[in-house]
Amino acid sequence: METFRADVGSTGPVCIRGGGTRWSLGGDIGAEVRVVHAPSGIDSHDPAEMTVAVWAGTTLTDLAEALAEKRQEVGLDGPPGSTVGGSLAVGWNGIRRLRTGTARDTLLQAECVGADGQIFKAGGPTVKNVSGYELCRLLVGSLGTLALTGRVILRTRPMPERSLWLRGSMTPAEVERSCYRPSSILWDGSHSHVCLEGYGIDVDKEASDLVEHGMIEVDGPPDLPPNRHRWSGELPKGAVLDVAIGVVHCHGSGAAPEVDPAVKVIADRLKANFDPQGRLNPGRDPYMVSE
Amino acid sequence: MVHEMPAGTDDLVADLVAALGIDRVVAGGGARHLYGRDGSIIEGGHSGPICFPDSTDQVADCVRVAVDHGRAFVPRGAGTGLSGGAVPCNDPVVIATTRMNQIHEVDTERRIAWVGPGVVNLDLTRHLAGTGLHFAPDPSSQQACTIGGNTANNSGGPHCLAYGVTSAHVAAIEVVLSDASIVVLGEEVGDAVGYDLRGAFVGGEGTLGIATRIAVRLTPDPPVVKTLLLDFQSIVDAAETVTGIIAAGIVPAALEIMDQKAIHAVEKFVNAGYPLDAAAVLIVELDGLPGGVAREVEIVEQVGADNRVGTVRVAADDAERELIWKGRKNAFGAIAHIKPGYYLHDTVVPRTRLAEVVAKVNAAVERHDLIVINVFHAGDGNLHPLLVFDPREPGTLERVHAAGEEIVRISIEAGGVLSGEHGIGLEKRGYMPLLFSPDDLAAQRALRDAFDPHGIANPLKVLPTSASCGDVMGLPEVPEGVWV
Repeated sequence: METFRADVGSTGPVCIRGGGTRWSLGGDIGAEVRVVHAPSGIDSHDPAEMTVAVWAGTTLTDLAEALAEKRQEVGLDGPPGSTVGGSLAVGWNGIRRLRTGTARDTLLQAECVGADGQIFKAGGPTVKNVSGYELCRLLVGSLGTLALTGRVILRTRPMPERSLWLRGSMTPAEVERSCYRPSSILWDGSHSHVCLEGYGIDVDKEASDLVEHGMIEVDGPPDLPPNRHRWSGELPKGAVLDVAIGVVHCHGSGAAPEVDPAVKVIADRLKANFDPQGRLNPGRDPYMVSE
Repeated sequence: MVHEMPAGTDDLVADLVAALGIDRVVAGGGARHLYGRDGSIIEGGHSGPICFPDSTDQVADCVRVAVDHGRAFVPRGAGTGLSGGAVPCNDPVVIATTRMNQIHEVDTERRIAWVGPGVVNLDLTRHLAGTGLHFAPDPSSQQACTIGGNTANNSGGPHCLAYGVTSAHVAAIEVVLSDASIVVLGEEVGDAVGYDLRGAFVGGEGTLGIATRIAVRLTPDPPVVKTLLLDFQSIVDAAETVTGIIAAGIVPAALEIMDQKAIHAVEKFVNAGYPLDAAAVLIVELDGLPGGVAREVEIVEQVGADNRVGTVRVAADDAERELIWKGRKNAFGAIAHIKPGYYLHDTVVPRTRLAEVVAKVNAAVERHDLIVINVFHAGDGNLHPLLVFDPREPGTLERVHAAGEEIVRISIEAGGVLSGEHGIGLEKRGYMPLLFSPDDLAAQRALRDAFDPHGIANPLKVLPTSASCGDVMGLPEVPEGVWV
């Protein structure tokens, strides 16, 4: 952390870059702003604790490979090349969030460098913890505007024994009524896409019930367009709705949702308290995203 | 002796009555004495007038009047908290949410319910009977504690191992802030854009504002539930079984350990059929679809056998399941058989170090010549050592204090944290520097100040401060009927 802290320093604008896969989210950063990178590498994965300690610069792919050796996974999501730190800063949930949990539930502890150049720790290493304020919650989805994260402890979950996708004309509500806790329900405007996961015997049973209702087994989820915005009741052509989290995967870029001014008051105070000079990721605004 | 109220109190009471009505405000000495404490061991708190608003606007009125009179306010649910979070410091206006106990809306299709903060946890689940849905957080105080209190404390319970603590089940919250403004944090479906203010608010112990309406997520009832009772000749074997079950890729609905003293106390009281010759029992609850549950029962039996389990009792029906749980959930009511007083601790350690930490905790407490009983959420590594004592014996309280601090130090040295579900409140604010550096605490302060810049909402809680909370003292007599 010391090297990372020295890189960030305590003066002048600075931005942090992970895989750069979602670099334009939340507004542009000026060309002259100094760029830092978080360290990478996995410190320790303890399957019996269901936690992993990892540096923020590690790619999601590398992390997933390491966890898969012990048949575990984490609830973070991003395109290939995305890093752990970048994915936490963006805070996207994966389409299997009903099983893996949300990004916001995944971060247990973060070691960060604040705007003053000092290292601080948010949260704690254990899965259950109510010791003090929930700083980790604020970091996920903050686009690095409150602090720059170097190292984290994440919650892991066991991988399912079997994972199966089905597609058909049942509505999402019908699917939900017919299955106990499916991992994912997507809707493309005419078809539901359902992911069933768990023990083989149970998955097969639920799948056969869906097949009776005209669903068919498919290789995986539908192709998801690259952009996301919040569900507002309309599904553009070619878009896919993630029913559980109200997110639309689409081609066009949606407008940022309106935010209650009373919420912005708290948000502005947070930014002012954590980064009074506005030196961390200047130009980025977590409220200027469409999801 | 009734504590004297500060000057200006009569005007404060008059303004509160004008805003809320005469039947919504009490300020007599008896009531203020009663509301001076909560479920914790902390006494000496001083309450100002106590308000019982029944709407969001009335809560905002309470806050506005308090601010106009230069008083702080303290939100209060059922007062079952164990860390002194609802103990009032320096005559604040206490805002009790007792009357805000309406279940406003239940949407079974979208699996969301909007409830008042004063709704009792178990009442919501009872209300949902027959819908196939329930509210997952189930603290042992669930028959008394409120959903507003659960939100303030980010409460857990035996079943949060698989289902997550309260934060995972609160989608959105309507909040009155300390400037009396009203704001909704979060979204009914999915994450709100921007900073997760909902996530920051849950667990804020009433220091960030007061929740007035809460949208909770409802969880489908599992099709199959199996409850197992395993007994062991050593608590180490029970703890190793817990580690083995998780390492095998199973996340049970609950994993609870009780030690021998707890077994004996409970058996006299509940007759749950716990084996009296065992050093520890482990309750394992498995739920889900039938095939998986059957497989997991086999795996648990095998992991138990690998760790020298005595017998494995699988509850045959709901009645037997309930009996096993009745023993666990009433464990602390049974303690009065041993000594009149108890002090319940709450720390978390890595679950792989449970056995080692329990041994150290037991040795430390016994060094202070006190009895310790362990009943805990083993799956989460959430320890609940219970110190049993007679407060009438001279010098006992000092020893209880000293042992309590040692428990905290042992847990942190093992890589643990200060609290798993009871919160910091007044009880543990002094221990915060054991876990957090000054820079860590400054970041927490930055969060708190963003919600409440002038320190009006439940002041002096959570973060360490040299400011005094009236004449709050450490360990006086112990309240009756505390749950864990």
